[in-house]
Amino acid sequence: MARLCEICHREKAVLKRPKTLQSICRPCFYQVFETEIHHTITKNRLFQPGDRVAIGASGGKDSTVLAYVLKTLNERYQYGLHLFLLSIDEGITGYRDDSLETVKRNQLQYDLPLKIVSYEELYAWTMDAIVREVGLKNNCTFCGVFRRQALDRGAMLLGATHIVTGHNADDIAETVLMNLLRGDVARLQRCTEIATPGEDGCVPRSKPFKYTYEKEIVMYAYFKKLDYFSTECIYSPNAYRGYARAFLKDLESIRPSSIIDIIHSGEAFQVRRGVKMPTQGFCSRCGYISSNPLCKACVLLEGLNRGLPKLGVSRAGLQQLDPQLGPAADPNSPPTTAAKEYPSSSDPSAAAAVRTGKSLDW
Amino acid sequence: MASPAPATPAPTPLKVNLEFSGGMELLFNNTKNYTIEIPATTSEHTPTLLRHLIFWIRDNLLKEKPELFISADTVRPGILVLINDTDWELEGELEYQIQNNDTVVFISTLHGG
Repeated sequence: MARLCEICHREKAVLKRPKTLQSICRPCFYQVFETEIHHTITKNRLFQPGDRVAIGASGGKDSTVLAYVLKTLNERYQYGLHLFLLSIDEGITGYRDDSLETVKRNQLQYDLPLKIVSYEELYAWTMDAIVREVGLKNNCTFCGVFRRQALDRGAMLLGATHIVTGHNADDIAETVLMNLLRGDVARLQRCTEIATPGEDGCVPRSKPFKYTYEKEIVMYAYFKKLDYFSTECIYSPNAYRGYARAFLKDLESIRPSSIIDIIHSGEAFQVRRGVKMPTQGFCSRCGYISSNPLCKACVLLEGLNRGLPKLGVSRAGLQQLDPQLGPAADPNSPPTTAAKEYPSSSDPSAAAAVRTGKSLDW
Repeated sequence: MASPAPATPAPTPLKVNLEFSGGMELLFNNTKNYTIEIPATTSEHTPTLLRHLIFWIRDNLLKEKPELFISADTVRPGILVLINDTDWELEGELEYQIQNNDTVVFISTLHGG
């Protein structure tokens, strides 16, 4: 016996919403999915009319659905946005070149202009070359740090006034857990913010899928037959995030609200006064925002270019950094100063190995 | 001539369409679509349920890393299952009784986005 939709009471229910546990039909699902994102956008005033919005597009499910939904909402509610696809080519043969083909198809399917910027043109290093140099242990650190900057630089090339990324509720809950496990107090506070302002030379960023469950994004893509790419990065073992993700999925299977509950916990965290937090400044070399004299990307590049790839990924490596360039303290911004007030018995190099960037596409 | 024992006739096997996507296909020889036949009843003469289908898949189709497909007697959390384009959570999940010509889709959400 088919169950009827709990919203319209007419059509057959096809999906159980993890957020509300409602059973709903396909048309009502499209409606609530899109409308919730619209409300997230308007309630948080993510955009101004006339904004040039770069959609960080990896070809994966989240950014593909984001591009499709933003285009739909921009037309439906007349946001007045100019939308672009912005892709980063990390230079990973057999992975990114395939996913970029998906983005190129999306460009045609959604009729959105596409800009691709490569690590090679920005940093003179592809990820393939970096992996040949550093191996498969800390490569994700390089990729994550470079990608964040690359999106900003690509957005500036496009004259974009805003960047959106496809981070969804599951991703954010996962990041809250990881920052908690690492004692990264500064990021724990920041990571649930839906938008980061555009001060200090960065382009404003936001995450319109902050409250959108991954399950619904994937179901939406499936029902709408959206064209996305879903192969794991060939260089990404990403053990730490993988564990956090598996743990979160286990929690979700017992109680689906866990995801939104963890985000809520992250939002409610307050760091007590007197806890030292890193102060944001600028990189003395490239001018990018940084809490150290040299930003992480410049430290990593310096290491690559000097044939000391451990520079910037381990404390032992840091000591080889030129003192007038190098920060006195650990330039791996996490764990923050707050964490350093407590004596740690753990092996610092092991701790550094754990800090392997993000597996997420941005 | 003794009449043969009144054996219960073997029920016709069920034809089931399977689809693996979102990265799941990598565990299945990089093939997204399969049409299989599975017995309509189990060795205990009970109807074949989705629970039996996933173990049949593990034993007959899966090429590598069974722990990425099945975890603690069910489909690994993070894999979405649709039965005839309906969320399996609305169809009784593991207790769903497989019907002839069913389409069962497995989509991984665990791959990067």
